[in-house]
Amino acid sequence: MMPAVGCPAVVPTAPAGDPWRSHTVRIEGIVEEIPGVRTYDLRFLDEAVARGYRFAPGQFNMLHLPGIGEAAISISSDPADPARLAHTVRAVGNVTDALARLQPGETLMLRGPFGGPWPLADRTGRDIVLVAGGLGLASQRAAICELARQRSQYASVTVLHGAKEPAGLLYTCEYRAWQEAGLEVRSIVDGPPAGGGAAASPGWDGRVGLVTDLLEELTILSGQATVLCCGPDPMMTAVARTAIRRGVAAEEIFLSLERNMACAVRHCGLCQFGPVFVCQDGPVFPFAAIERFLAVAHL
Amino acid sequence: MQRENHPAGPGRCQVDGSPQAAVGDWVWLNVADLQLLIDALRHDGRRVVGPQVADAAVVYRDLERAADLPRGWIDEQDGGHYRLRRDEAAGVFDHVVGPHSLKNFLFPARETIGRFLREDGTWRQLDDLPPEPPLAVIGVRACDLAGLAIQDRVFLGGESVDPGYRRRRESLFLVAVNCRRAAATCFCHSTGCGPAVSAGFDLALTERDGRFACEVGSERGAAVLATVSAATSLLACSHDEVSAARGQPAALEQAMHARQEEAGQPKPRSLNTEGIRDLLFDNLEHPRWEEVASRCLSCTNCTLVCPTCFCSSVGEVADLSGDAVERERHWASCFTLDHARMHGTSVRSSTASRYRQWLTHKLAGWIDQFGTSGCTGCGRCITWCPVGIDITEEVAAIRDTAGQKESPA
Ligand SMILES: Cc1cc2nc3c(=O)[nH]c(=O)nc-3n(C[C@H](O)[C@H](O)[C@H](O)COP(=O)(O)OP(=O)(O)OC[C@H]3O[C@@H](n4cnc5c(N)ncnc54)[C@H](O)[C@@H]3O)c2cc1C
Ligand code: SF4
Ligand code: SF4
Ligand code: FES
Repeated sequence: MMPAVGCPAVVPTAPAGDPWRSHTVRIEGIVEEIPGVRTYDLRFLDEAVARGYRFAPGQFNMLHLPGIGEAAISISSDPADPARLAHTVRAVGNVTDALARLQPGETLMLRGPFGGPWPLADRTGRDIVLVAGGLGLASQRAAICELARQRSQYASVTVLHGAKEPAGLLYTCEYRAWQEAGLEVRSIVDGPPAGGGAAASPGWDGRVGLVTDLLEELTILSGQATVLCCGPDPMMTAVARTAIRRGVAAEEIFLSLERNMACAVRHCGLCQFGPVFVCQDGPVFPFAAIERFLAVAHL
Repeated sequence: MQRENHPAGPGRCQVDGSPQAAVGDWVWLNVADLQLLIDALRHDGRRVVGPQVADAAVVYRDLERAADLPRGWIDEQDGGHYRLRRDEAAGVFDHVVGPHSLKNFLFPARETIGRFLREDGTWRQLDDLPPEPPLAVIGVRACDLAGLAIQDRVFLGGESVDPGYRRRRESLFLVAVNCRRAAATCFCHSTGCGPAVSAGFDLALTERDGRFACEVGSERGAAVLATVSAATSLLACSHDEVSAARGQPAALEQAMHARQEEAGQPKPRSLNTEGIRDLLFDNLEHPRWEEVASRCLSCTNCTLVCPTCFCSSVGEVADLSGDAVERERHWASCFTLDHARMHGTSVRSSTASRYRQWLTHKLAGWIDQFGTSGCTGCGRCITWCPVGIDITEEVAAIRDTAGQKESPA
């Protein structure tokens, strides 16, 4: 039945902040992670804004370069220190290329945080499996920081990271610290760099294959596990299917989607995916809620 | 209901010492009084907009003279067809809806949403946005009010409130009109959005024998009528006159339900909304999407004229120095490749997938998102589609053959 259309349905009196209001941030430092991918360490200029800013792992900010444009970028730093924001960005186009030309000390604008977080809080005692394809790990790094600090509250924490080639693996210099905190970290690459040899690339003695291969080998993958996944849509669907086959409930598999975004607050309509707005209903969704829509091409 | 609590009595609102018209009262306005109404609205500093004939259509434009209202014009509408015809017997508001709606004013096609300045190498956002006069719109129909209520849910009803829309909405003054006729493309009777104007207006006019029975819907409406009655004495409507005025849109609604297809006449539309959300989401791979895509030009007309479509994107406008930047929001449409662009391509690369997005969002996704359908039944998308694609026909086709499957290319 169609709900009635009232006239007018909403009394426009509720006080609310301006969703377009942004804050100046200064680039404190830039780290080149892998070719074309940099992590920007950002600080608010306004002390009061810095003190009031909080975020949860999995949320994102809109980074705005005035005159160039705005891009949705996951927050990749530790939520325990919300005044220091790290964003790991691949230069792929208009905004991200311009960002790559900025130097420490320069400023840009930031709105956020937006979107819902990875569901960590109410999942203590479970086996947490993070699965990331390529730059998808950037959306999980905040969760990894939190899980490393609170490792004892979870049965186990495993990070599975897949990339096209060894040079695509992100944050490799942090693996040791994550392992020392009690996290299991495994990585795999599709194959050697383009034009390289048959089996693996020079200097790569790790696994070759798909990230789902790592998932298949995971003994803890069961009804006790929660899977958090971020990567391209087909990769996430494959991960979810593998996990379900291994006994993980569809409600315990969470995917972080990416779509075109202009507003981040359910107003611009660009991020729609079936009945949901990726920006505010997501970007993290239980697989069970979106499975039927992921199965439809070009939705 | 307030109307019942405020029975209008003869002579009740005459200016000489008797009480002014209050919310729920009905008074008579003559055609000449429309100018006084416009003057009263403008006197309060409002920008007044009303229907006028321009470019062979009735559109909303700034209105200073009541004589510019489209008196004696009838609009013939059908799929891909709109034609104005003179009819000396027609009243001031006997056209129905044109290509414009309240959306054009509350959610304008272009709008500055932020201003930024770089000084000594540091960017900051400026606080001020240009002020706008409050707006009054004359001639708003039941379906327009329904469309407004739907956009209210989008821009005001969620966690985030759009500041520009809110500012304009709060000061908006609405002079509604009860339709006396419906175009063949009108199907508000089947969406529950019309044709009777029932709430959400400041004043509502029902045209009767060359004058208007005017219902007062708000304190603001009463205040404006008080200004009018300072210039001329207004006669209250009698009980019988109020009943007769109320009966007019009710009779039209019945007539719309009874409409039958007639040879040589445009087909009267209606939309069966029963279970429509599940019907559409269960048929995302129905072959009809490919079929309609073979006719659809992806021209975006339907989304531009639709009073509820709200998609937008944001552009940057910099001055020559690059140090002063305005962010400008403009309408977007799910019929463009840009709407769903990701990783250098478009998620919805085919016309079939884009038409499917439009129809399923409007009639299914909207229900999940805003607790209401996104379609008021105004028929604009049918009329202004260059190839006459008809939303009611597309839904009926899927309903008739539900369950067929074929993935859009
Ligand atoms: C919730 C969310 C979180 C995100 N988190 C991150 C993150 O943490 N880090 C990150 O780097 N990105 C992230 N993204 C993606 C990021 O928002 C986009 O990459 C960014 O908006 C691109 O903006 P742009 O102006 O630089 O590129 P645009 O100019 O808009 O280009 C858009 C896309 O076009 C593609 N493209 C451009 N030219 C070509 C070409 N010639 N061939 C093929 N493809 C081409 C690029 O792949 C790019 O993705 C996230 C997105 C969302 C929705
Ligand atoms: S979808 Fe068509 S009929 Fe429905 S409100 Fe929009 S323009 Fe009017
Ligand atoms: S997605 Fe399409 S149908 Fe929905 S509001 Fe945007 S333009 Fe209109
Ligand atoms: S990004 Fe605008 S609605 Fe989601």
